[in-house]
Amino acid sequence: MTVNMGPQHPSTHGVLRLILELSGETVISADATIGFLHTGIEKTAEQKKWQQVIPLVERMDYLGPQSNSLGFILSVERLMGIESKIPERVRHIRVLIAELQRISSHLVWLGTHALEIGAVSVMMYCFRERELLLNVNEMLAGFRMFPSYLRIGGLREDLPPDFHETVDAFLERFPSKLTEYENLLTKNQIWMKRTRGVGVLSKEDTIAYSLVGPLARAVGISYDVRRAFPYLGYETYEFDVPTRTHGDVYDRYLVRIEEMRQSVRIAKQALQRITPRGVFDIQDYRIVPPPKDKVYTEMEGLIQHFLIYSQGFTVPPGEAYVPIEGPRGEHGFYIVSDGSNRPYRIKSRPPGLYACQAVPKMIEGGMIADVIAVIGSTDVVMGDVDR
Amino acid sequence: MADFPDIPVLTTTVEKMANWARRSSIWPVTFGLACCAIEMMAMSASRYDIARFGAEVFRGSPRQSDLMIVAGRLSRKMAPVLRRIYDQMPEPKYVISMGACASIGGVFDNYALVQGVDQIVPVDVFVPGCPPRPESLIYGIVQLQKKIDQMKLTA
Repeated sequence: MTVNMGPQHPSTHGVLRLILELSGETVISADATIGFLHTGIEKTAEQKKWQQVIPLVERMDYLGPQSNSLGFILSVERLMGIESKIPERVRHIRVLIAELQRISSHLVWLGTHALEIGAVSVMMYCFRERELLLNVNEMLAGFRMFPSYLRIGGLREDLPPDFHETVDAFLERFPSKLTEYENLLTKNQIWMKRTRGVGVLSKEDTIAYSLVGPLARAVGISYDVRRAFPYLGYETYEFDVPTRTHGDVYDRYLVRIEEMRQSVRIAKQALQRITPRGVFDIQDYRIVPPPKDKVYTEMEGLIQHFLIYSQGFTVPPGEAYVPIEGPRGEHGFYIVSDGSNRPYRIKSRPPGLYACQAVPKMIEGGMIADVIAVIGSTDVVMGDVDR
Repeated sequence: MADFPDIPVLTTTVEKMANWARRSSIWPVTFGLACCAIEMMAMSASRYDIARFGAEVFRGSPRQSDLMIVAGRLSRKMAPVLRRIYDQMPEPKYVISMGACASIGGVFDNYALVQGVDQIVPVDVFVPGCPPRPESLIYGIVQLQKKIDQMKLTA
């Protein structure tokens, strides 16, 4: 029997469509169809100025928006050759925001994944903690999901008052809450029966499908961009890269839970290194807007302000790709510039796209009820896959 | 009625009764497209708790739903699917267009997106924002409830 699952299905994480060939309850073959959320973001970005692209890329992977913009910004900064001029403080703030973003993304993953397998209350708990992180976003930029706070050449503005207290309160509170989720799930018989030995992908297949992030770490591949190609000074932070060996849904769950713990660890170190007030951009007013008091009092500041907001800045011709470790694995933007104030081409490398390709391999031969558990464990975001 | 003085009785019309029942238990279909769907989930989750307004029963099947919240950007590939889901819903049915992309295409004025879901299905309430805050969506649902209250049974 052929069963069409999606694109409108409560558990396909958006609009993934699977065509399942069944024999009884066993899945014989599966075919994943993507493209139902194709938004043309990469093409639209070619019509925007460099700094106008940031809000667009944030809407790609909408669970980890600031990881997207971070990847884009790092690529642009490398192409412009201003990587080394970014102040230390800005780097630490970016690390902090990227790690908070990872926690926020994993919380949505855990909530929806557990909801789909039947643990409704976990979703309520996860969203409770996620709201605290959205509060941080709101403090930073007055926007819950897409703050566009990271900018090319620095940050939009300095940290708000009480930022340290708010983030610190969250980081103190969160590990105990994580234990709470684990108490609900990790040794829960139903959870273990639904997830252990389900959706197994071998190490060879994982490499063949170029899977990265938690999916790869669940089979024991310890590839982590933060370790392999450190950016933003990640080499100076103390953290572990959790790995497991079985490569099933349960191990992916454990890896992500441990990743959240490590993110808290990194965020605490980053928070210590950040001063509440200080320099927040590279202070090169051809790239970042000048401070408002200069715009109002000095002719030069007014001209710079006008140029930034009308023409933008130009990026030297060439290409760049700086990978970062997003919530779903290696994530980055390959950008090409022709020397103008708009991108010639940007190309995202979404980890979810590769996970989508591997989904049929993971579910073939399994039961139809496990399909939902497997899709949940891959943590695909269709906005990221289809763009 | 004078025969049963002890029984508390309220009189009303069938129309008011039906509208009250309809507006107090709006069942939305689980139809998340993009970023707005996450805010839709936040609306139904612990902090905002749409159960206070009786619209927390998200149904997986459109055949059991009254309301479709179009949460996110609608691509041209998805448009026929959206129409089909709408057609499967039983009358009376309502549509909330959530967010800038669903309402007018948002920032994505390009080849891929339908520039407004009102080209595909009739929309009752537009909720602006990118994505709208859960409060905005709750306000949209309350507006829809007001609209349902004014419905006539005999059209």
